[in-house]
Amino acid sequence: MGYILRKVVLFIITLWAAITLVFILPRLMPGSPVDAALGKLASAGVPITNAERAAIEAQLGAPHTNLLAQYGDYWKSIATLRFGTSYSFPTQTVALTIGKALPWTLFIVGTTTILAFIIGTLLGVYAGWRRGKLADSSVTIGATFFGAFPPFWLGLLLLYWLSFKYGWFPIKGGYDPGITPDWSLSFMGNALYHSVLPGLTLAITTLSGWVFGMRNNMINTLGEDYVTFAEANGLRSRTVALLYAARNALLPNVTAFGLALGAVIGGTVLVEGVYSYPGVGNLLYLAVTNHDFPLMQALFLVITLSMLVAIFVVDLLYVRLDPRVRSST
Amino acid sequence: MSIIATSVPPPEAPGASARVPGGPAGAVPGPLRFVGRALRTLWSNGKARTGLIVLGVIILVAIFAPLLAPDSPTATNFTPYLGPSGTNWLGTTGNGQDVFSQLIYGARISLIVGLCAGALATLVAVTFGLISGYRPGLVDEVLSFATNLALVVPGLPLMIVLTAYIQGHSVWTIVLVVAFTSWATGARVIRSQVKTLRAREFVTSAVFSGERMFRVAFREILPNMTSLVAASFFAAATAAVLAEASLEFLGLGNPATVSWGTILYAAQQQNALLTGQWLMVLAPGLAIVLLMVSFTLINFGVDALSNPRLREK
Amino acid sequence: MALLEARGVNVVYEPTRGTRIWSVRDVDLTLEQGEFVGLVGESGCGKSTLGFALTRMLRPPARLTGGTIRFDGTDIAGLDGEQLRRARRNGFALVLQAGMNALNPVRTIEHHFGDILKAHARPGDDVSSGGIRRRGTELLEAVRLDPAVLGRFPHELSGGMRQRVAIALALSLQPQLIVFDEPTTALDVIVQQAVMDTIKDLQRQRGFTAILISHDLGVVLESTDRVLVMYAGRIVEDQPSRVMAHGLHHPYTEALLGCYDDPRAEQVHLGGIPGTPPDLSLPNTGCSYEPRCPLAEEICRQQDPPLFPLAPGRAACHVRARAAHVEEEAGRAR
Repeated sequence: MGYILRKVVLFIITLWAAITLVFILPRLMPGSPVDAALGKLASAGVPITNAERAAIEAQLGAPHTNLLAQYGDYWKSIATLRFGTSYSFPTQTVALTIGKALPWTLFIVGTTTILAFIIGTLLGVYAGWRRGKLADSSVTIGATFFGAFPPFWLGLLLLYWLSFKYGWFPIKGGYDPGITPDWSLSFMGNALYHSVLPGLTLAITTLSGWVFGMRNNMINTLGEDYVTFAEANGLRSRTVALLYAARNALLPNVTAFGLALGAVIGGTVLVEGVYSYPGVGNLLYLAVTNHDFPLMQALFLVITLSMLVAIFVVDLLYVRLDPRVRSST
Repeated sequence: MSIIATSVPPPEAPGASARVPGGPAGAVPGPLRFVGRALRTLWSNGKARTGLIVLGVIILVAIFAPLLAPDSPTATNFTPYLGPSGTNWLGTTGNGQDVFSQLIYGARISLIVGLCAGALATLVAVTFGLISGYRPGLVDEVLSFATNLALVVPGLPLMIVLTAYIQGHSVWTIVLVVAFTSWATGARVIRSQVKTLRAREFVTSAVFSGERMFRVAFREILPNMTSLVAASFFAAATAAVLAEASLEFLGLGNPATVSWGTILYAAQQQNALLTGQWLMVLAPGLAIVLLMVSFTLINFGVDALSNPRLREK
Repeated sequence: MALLEARGVNVVYEPTRGTRIWSVRDVDLTLEQGEFVGLVGESGCGKSTLGFALTRMLRPPARLTGGTIRFDGTDIAGLDGEQLRRARRNGFALVLQAGMNALNPVRTIEHHFGDILKAHARPGDDVSSGGIRRRGTELLEAVRLDPAVLGRFPHELSGGMRQRVAIALALSLQPQLIVFDEPTTALDVIVQQAVMDTIKDLQRQRGFTAILISHDLGVVLESTDRVLVMYAGRIVEDQPSRVMAHGLHHPYTEALLGCYDDPRAEQVHLGGIPGTPPDLSLPNTGCSYEPRCPLAEEICRQQDPPLFPLAPGRAACHVRARAAHVEEEAGRAR
């Protein structure tokens, strides 16, 4: 299981490096984010305990403390989930604010990524298999065009036409105002209804990446000898296309999953902002607009770590897909 | 957002060598002749041709903006919040500015940021990729790890955080931030290509004959990677245009400058959709889409240059 | 009735950008049931292209232009789609250079067999997993492989083993004709011998017609009954293998033979062939070998020689044909 071991070690090292990078960022920037944060909180009349102040400094950079000590404090503050006080949500801990928003984002990112991956991959297979014909050209041109849509722009347009003008979908939020979130079926249904437009926006804009990747992989794979041999042995076209070509063309796409996920997350920030969807993307939008540094810092950490974990999981999944890595040492 | 075809590195070294043919020095200098040949090859590819035309139109619009725009983009001469009319084809902003003029002038910023950030990102990518791919060993390990780390950190959130901390909102801030966050994809692709080329005989013989690393890198390896670098550049430029628009939409741009992204920011601030000014949202967004699509289409042609299997039949 | 009768086979490569290349020109070929024929020539002479053409495996930009290919009575040049696919069972099979890549990396060998057997299953065939395993075992044993190979993935097998698997897969079609395209080129010499022995034994036992494509004249002469020599897209000689080592032949064949010598001899002479093969994008007048031929005469420059009789076979050479004709006349006169 050399492959898996290597991936685990790499994951741990990358995790450490990413957390350290997030530590470095606010300390590199001109000005003092700590002062800015404390200043804002003071002017809003929010009382700060010493513990809170310490947490803010640990995250954003205590002046006059040596870097190594700050680093230790930083790790401590992460471990205890003390991220300071948010200017936008002063009455609850940053961890709680993020914790409430995270499931919404996970839901929407998870479902749209899976959907976009499946549909994009199938379209890519189709376009690659029928390369040069009308099917290929229409898929390619369509994917190029739609893939260039800025997610926030598409979101605004869909919002305007489908919600505002025709009222088919709600205008904002994750659920109707006035009802309290719980695990009931009616709430779930309501939430689902609210997630259609943001989900659709996200899916359409990220689809093209999968289409192109898969189409190119298909074209390369179709030139391989084993595809020729399969045809020479008289296998049905569908078998060759799916089990011989597509199945192998899929592999580089899975490896490229990490890159694609970055694009999805960027899109989520914009889409949630446009629809006021209560996920972490929307929080980031709010935090940036309000210059709410403690919240922003914590959000960035959470988003980065989530992406790392997702990529790691996909890397592990890859073992099931490619027998060649299973036996490698 | 589109992931350009170069997410899959080409399987072998590019089939079409990009070397300029030797021979008697003609009236046209070597590099210019090379560019001419590249343009002609791109022109023969249907998709690339369309891309070149669209890009050409946008460039012309940007250059001749003062002639094409009916008004100054920042002059607040008109009644605010007007819908489209004879005088204001796309209506007016909340400050009484003509949106159509803004659209025309906006081409300049979007083009400049896209091309500059793309070029800068590609420069960094080529440097990292060349060094990393050329020297196996510790340098490669460290640089590769840095590249992978940069890939794993989500792009837009990083850009947002950087811009928020920097707090200086000029166009060049955006160019730097965008370039700094998007070099990693290109670096990875270039590194793997450099490794392949490095192992080939003509490079080994150059090294053996005593050529120094920089000469080998620039004279032997780089010329064989031109289409790959070009593809990287267009991919980076596409991403840069989108990133810039996104940052401006989020309010992280300079509100005093006029670009397609800031028009959309203003539109969002004024709730243009609720006041029925949907053209103010549609037009700049469409312009962004067209610019990005033109880069992508050109990239189809560049990809076909380096990977013969992708050539149009 | 001959198993394979090809008349006027022409293959042209037409890339969208670049010149057209005629890689196979006016080839006539007749194969009887059970023959083991070698197809020999240097790289680029069109032998692989011909092999692909005969098994209907040409892909764009290569195209079969004109000619008929009668296989077991049916003209397969006109078949397409599902009909062509079905014709492969009990029909014609192609075995590629399986060294690296002819097997699907993500499917086990057992699945490979299953895919083929299921694709050509007829009512009454047992395509359950048990049935597939049985047939797979039987075929693997025929190519002298351990049936345990069934459970492996291609990357777990050596080059020689993969080649044998490819042969076994082709055999599962129970074809009447198998075209082996350079089956041993990617293998080292010792494994080459073993694989060629396997192919020879199979051909003898099962009696299928075989075409062995190779640039290695030695391998071909050892294994086959009959040899076709190709040059610049044409068949220039057609002889039983046993007569190739001596006597007069087409000048190109003689030059090829001259490239070999007995390594145990006192002095080893290795010949080469000066000059280069002709440009296949140009139509040719006269004999295509003429520029490099030591026997070339005026008629060679003007007339492209057909395959003249050159006992016991044929050769496309004016000079040799005339000499043989003269000798024959002289013989008759005595």
